[in-house]
Amino acid sequence: MSASDSALQAVKKSPGPWKIAGRKFVRNPYAMAGVFVLLFFVFVAIFAPILTPYDPAKIDLMNANLPAGSEGHLLGTDELGRDILTRLIYSTRVSLTVGFSVALASVLIGTVIGAISGYFGGWIDTILMRFVDVMYSLPSLFINILVLTLWGSSFGYMIMVLSFTSWMGVARLVRGNFLQLREMQYVEAAKAIGVSNVSIIFRHLLRNSIHPIIVYATLMVGSAILSESALSYLGLGIQAPQTSWGLMLSNAQEFMLIQPQLALYPGLCILVLVLAVNFIGDGLQNALNPKEKKKIPMRRLQQWRNEYLKSAN
Amino acid sequence: MAERVLEVSKLTAGFPTDHGFLKAADNVSLKIDRGETLCLVGESGSGKSVTSLAIMRLLEYEGGFILDGQIKLHDEDLTLKTQEEMIHIRGKKIAMIFQDPMSALNPVFTIGDQIAESLRLHQGMSPKEAEKEAIELLRRVGIPAPEIRIRQYPHELSGGMCQRVVIAIALACKPDLLIADEPTTALDVTVQAQILDLLRKLQDEMGLSILLITHDLGVAAEMADRIAVMYAGTIVEEGYVKDIFANPCHPYTQGLLQSIPGFEGERGSELYTIKGSIPPLTQLPSGCRFHPRCPHATPKCMQEQPGHYAVPGKDHYAACWLHDPAGAANEETGVSRE
Amino acid sequence: MSAMDELKNQPLVEVRNLKKYFPIKKGLISRVVGHVRAVDDVSFAIRKGETFGLVGESGCGKSTLGRTILRLHHPTGGDVIFDGRSMNAMKSRDLRALRQEMQIIFQDPFGSLNPRFLIKDIIGEPLRVHTKASSKEIEERVAHLMSLVGLDPARRNQYPHEFSGGQRQRIGIARAIALNPKFIVADEAVSALDVSVQSQVINLLIKLQKELGLTFLFIAHGLNVVRHISDRIGVMYLGKMAEIGPSEELFRHPLHPYTAALLSSIPLPNPEIKRERIVLQGDVPSPANPPSGCRFHPRCPFAQERCKSEVPALTEVMPNRQVACHFPLVDKAMGIGGK
Repeated sequence: MSASDSALQAVKKSPGPWKIAGRKFVRNPYAMAGVFVLLFFVFVAIFAPILTPYDPAKIDLMNANLPAGSEGHLLGTDELGRDILTRLIYSTRVSLTVGFSVALASVLIGTVIGAISGYFGGWIDTILMRFVDVMYSLPSLFINILVLTLWGSSFGYMIMVLSFTSWMGVARLVRGNFLQLREMQYVEAAKAIGVSNVSIIFRHLLRNSIHPIIVYATLMVGSAILSESALSYLGLGIQAPQTSWGLMLSNAQEFMLIQPQLALYPGLCILVLVLAVNFIGDGLQNALNPKEKKKIPMRRLQQWRNEYLKSAN
Repeated sequence: MAERVLEVSKLTAGFPTDHGFLKAADNVSLKIDRGETLCLVGESGSGKSVTSLAIMRLLEYEGGFILDGQIKLHDEDLTLKTQEEMIHIRGKKIAMIFQDPMSALNPVFTIGDQIAESLRLHQGMSPKEAEKEAIELLRRVGIPAPEIRIRQYPHELSGGMCQRVVIAIALACKPDLLIADEPTTALDVTVQAQILDLLRKLQDEMGLSILLITHDLGVAAEMADRIAVMYAGTIVEEGYVKDIFANPCHPYTQGLLQSIPGFEGERGSELYTIKGSIPPLTQLPSGCRFHPRCPHATPKCMQEQPGHYAVPGKDHYAACWLHDPAGAANEETGVSRE
Repeated sequence: MSAMDELKNQPLVEVRNLKKYFPIKKGLISRVVGHVRAVDDVSFAIRKGETFGLVGESGCGKSTLGRTILRLHHPTGGDVIFDGRSMNAMKSRDLRALRQEMQIIFQDPFGSLNPRFLIKDIIGEPLRVHTKASSKEIEERVAHLMSLVGLDPARRNQYPHEFSGGQRQRIGIARAIALNPKFIVADEAVSALDVSVQSQVINLLIKLQKELGLTFLFIAHGLNVVRHISDRIGVMYLGKMAEIGPSEELFRHPLHPYTAALLSSIPLPNPEIKRERIVLQGDVPSPANPPSGCRFHPRCPFAQERCKSEVPALTEVMPNRQVACHFPLVDKAMGIGGK
């Protein structure tokens, strides 16, 4: 068989690390439950106008404070007559948008900074890491207040501020990874071939460190949603007429003793979404970890012990 | 007549997996007399390390089991012991040293503490007595200024010195048998020569028996009284060192010896190679495990595993159908095992 | 000698007074307190088509020397003349282009290949970096290279972990010859392999050298392997070159006491031979703090006063035999090997 004949036929690409991880992930019940819940929320967010006829901001004092189960209002209305279910649904948009945008932006910033810092080392590393230290020392809440006070509170600014104050964790993670990876012999081999540093970072090393980054990014979504909720609760984030779960919590504060469910609904939504995201993150971590020692259940171990009796102690 | 220190009979051990039980060591039999060195020679995947761990009953800690066979240390069968009983045997009657001396020593304890640990555990010495004994042990293994060294930490010592310390720890309680798993592979060749000399000297002084595991036939030629060659979990040839080198009878042994570039051969000539590669434990060939790579394979080799047959030389055996005294023609005859 | 012969004898790689020191830093502001003299003033030449073996124990600097020649480390001093051109005089762009002519094979068949790359990407990377070949052309060349080193080209879409150690080493070799280099540094290329695989890879290297006209710098600590594959051998000790000579002669008749001690330590696979062994005392000193004068004098069984103060230069004491010793073993036969 000549070389050209062989060039035509090649063995099919064996399942890469992604496919193997995918299979592991799919078998994890918690992770899959998380995926379904997340997809549900995404669906709700996208099809919000179709799912509910009401306008979440419309004030209708005639129908204020209707209890749950009232006609046309499954969860009732709040003190300004706005349908609660509608507000919950539209808030999903806000949370998901903020969550994913902040996660994406902070991971991008953190990865680039961490990669450069870890790969080059030396004074570049020192400067960047001191910058990280400074950023950690700044109170993010204060910065948020500052920015929103000076430039007005807009959705975009909030995402920006949240991103700029949460990339440091990724940066440290990626830096640690790269510090280790740059000592690998295949990096030396690439240098011997003449591959440029940029190419080494983004072609060779990034795909070897992508796993912890992805896990971190997923968990970042949850944390961003929580941050946004907190900011909105404090009145610094989302402002009316937009809705957010945090804002709903803030409104519900006054009525805690009379109508606690006003706080229950948005609180539950935050909990369920963040929990789902965390399950996904956990599932990803387990799936992407190649060297995991399979935990053999006790029962199976006993069974083996009984079969192989010689050293059954 | 030399007394028998270790006798391993038909040891089968390995790891249970989803695909069934993987026998990393299959029907392995060894014997070592007092003051004797047996070299277990094999490449990766031959099962030599698993055999040594099984003898020490450490295999259970790696998730493995002993399936069958006996391990007689003097007259005690170690396969019947519980792990609690084994704790009193390890270090005291059998000791083991490993390949990488730097990782065998705990970096946060001083040398003195680590030697004393064995002494205090097995001989109940007080800290002062143990320290005195430790200094004496370091002197015996050839470490200069031992009084200073016992307070030092492993990272302050070179690889060769660390291996000496490891030997000191192993021999602290004067065991009958020392198992050395590739003890010099990670060391430079001049340091290797020193360590091998040391082992020989200690063996003479203490009447120690050594089970030396190595892949280096040069080390085996120097250290061994007897050699056992392992391939894919089985012993394929066993005999006294001179016989094995002068008259290797198993095709694998012959192939190994031929493929090492020597100092006599013609430079740049093509080396003899054993075709193919070592089979993974999950895909062992049928019959004789070596048959796909053997230049003398016969149809019978593909069907049945050969037994151990006597070949020329004292106590020299090869597991190969070519040496079956019944002959390949007569297939009815049962296998004659020695 | 005709002009053609002259040209053939011009060294391909000439190392002149090469030094590589690594600074030792201490303290908060990392001030330099000393240097690890990994390579300390080494000079030698490698002829075209030759295999030059480099041996020595840990800390002798042989790996650092190989890498410094390839400019994977920047030399602290000295120069390397490659094919008549000085590497110090080259700009970074020229150096990068030079990488096509000099390559390296590593020791570790597991670490030297990126586990997330397909084999065809690993072997094809030099082509991707230096040539403007299309992916189809690269793939064809990769298939050709794979069959040249004895791998099945149909497996080019697989990952490194699906291959055995010996096969991964072949992948590394295929990568090294991808651009048809003139010079290859083999850094312990067979040391991590099993004996039966080692012989296969050694045969492959010898075959490729003949077919492709390669020049090798073969760094190893397995002395029997080095002897088999090398034309000439250099022995290093603590950053300096102790001795250089043709393989068989060097082994049969070492001139430097260190070489003699090294050779006498090798365990030979022959229980009949009883040799007188020169056992060196102590351990190799640290390259950060080498002894004065001749580096080997504290451990040398033949050391004299002069050795403690004066550094011996590498001089040619016999035809084709260079040694750095004040009292070379010219009339003692302490080696191994045939008649």
